[in-house]
Amino acid sequence: MNAKMKLFSYNTADTPVHRLSGLTKLICFLLLTFAVMFSYDIRVIFAVMIFSVAILRLSQIRFSQIRAMIVYVLVFVVANAIISFFFSPEEGVKIYGSRHNIVNLYGGYKLTWEQIFYQITKFFKYFSVIPFGIIFLLTTNPSEFASSLNRIGVNYKAAFAVALTLRYFPDMQREYHDISQAQQARGLELSHKAKFADRFKNSLLILIPLIFLSLERVETISNAMDLRGFSKNDTRTWYTSRKFARADYVALAVSALITIGTVYVSVFVNHGRFYNPFV
Amino acid sequence: MKDHFKVNTRTIVATGLGAAIFTLLFMYVKVPSPVPETSFQTAYGLSAFFATLFGPIAGALIAFIGHALSDALQYGSPWWSWVIASGVSGFIFGFAYKRTKVEEGEFKTRDIVTFNVIQAIGNVVAWVVVAPVLDILIYQEPVNLVFTQGITAAIMNTISAGVIGTLLLIAYAATRAKKGSLSKG
Repeated sequence: MNAKMKLFSYNTADTPVHRLSGLTKLICFLLLTFAVMFSYDIRVIFAVMIFSVAILRLSQIRFSQIRAMIVYVLVFVVANAIISFFFSPEEGVKIYGSRHNIVNLYGGYKLTWEQIFYQITKFFKYFSVIPFGIIFLLTTNPSEFASSLNRIGVNYKAAFAVALTLRYFPDMQREYHDISQAQQARGLELSHKAKFADRFKNSLLILIPLIFLSLERVETISNAMDLRGFSKNDTRTWYTSRKFARADYVALAVSALITIGTVYVSVFVNHGRFYNPFV
Repeated sequence: MKDHFKVNTRTIVATGLGAAIFTLLFMYVKVPSPVPETSFQTAYGLSAFFATLFGPIAGALIAFIGHALSDALQYGSPWWSWVIASGVSGFIFGFAYKRTKVEEGEFKTRDIVTFNVIQAIGNVVAWVVVAPVLDILIYQEPVNLVFTQGITAAIMNTISAGVIGTLLLIAYAATRAKKGSLSKG
């Protein structure tokens, strides 16, 4: 376990993206991810991807910050592509309604251009969402995030639960690490040397102190919050919320246009979520 | 039934801290399974435990926030269909709230059965119904693939919630003062 991993390794650079309010970034993130999730048109996906990489450059995020994430996603997307093929080699034929065989593979599997096109589209579709997530996570101040959630209509109590999660995640990580080290110092074996059943039981011996410590904390924190009058009113204000500037309206308009464009292409050009080059 | 959905400060704080532990377990304490993209998640044992102590709203939010956050940290963006399914599972786990005597320091055979029936229903609804259907609606994934993944996830999360959840509840019951445990000297 990497104890040094920081949650939202937010860096305070001064770029146009950092200067946007958290609310703007949250709405743009939701709009743009919706656009890419909705469309199965590779042209749209490429356009959005180029846009997202440009924004990534603009927000001065270094490759070293996001390398681990890219590797994770790559493993996920490649595994997804392979098993999709084995589970459903005819998915492309079903979607595009035509069949252009390339080769017959072993065991009755046929490789078709339709399947290749479908899987390539899907590959880029899943990959193009990532820059938005990264930009959002790395340029948004965590404490501004809760206020943004509240302002898009999430109940402030739920938003506050999110704020607490973000606040206490690093603490939990540290505590988990400490308990695990303490237990190992007393001879608890957690590595591959132990049998599976033992490892399972031993990990429970770390879990139990962590959870019961947290239950005690719940009492302390909720008493402190009650004493300060939390949840007495129906609404609350946030210390970190920012006023909208002109750049916020521009960013919102651009994201909305991209989303509307995506839906427009699907409805009026492709007559469906898929772009069919085979007709 | 009415106080199942009551939310006070304690529920909010438990949700926040529970989601933080859920994220931690979801990211680090899991065992890979033979079916791709699924693994034995200890986190569902935790969400079942918290849902039994704090109710459906806390359960749903813990799993939803925790899953979304760990997805975002690992993959850059949450896989919404499964995040929503996690929330649904946590919500249904919450119906074990006040149906067992765990707060009175007792978690015996009857309570264990009640808890496990509820958590099994929650897992089946979330992973065999909600997750695959949303996968098809949102992501248009192949039908037989998502149902295979869903059934595997249902089985493994039921085991996880059953074993870990039950053990945690027994441990918790032991820390509570038993009803009528004081006797006149």
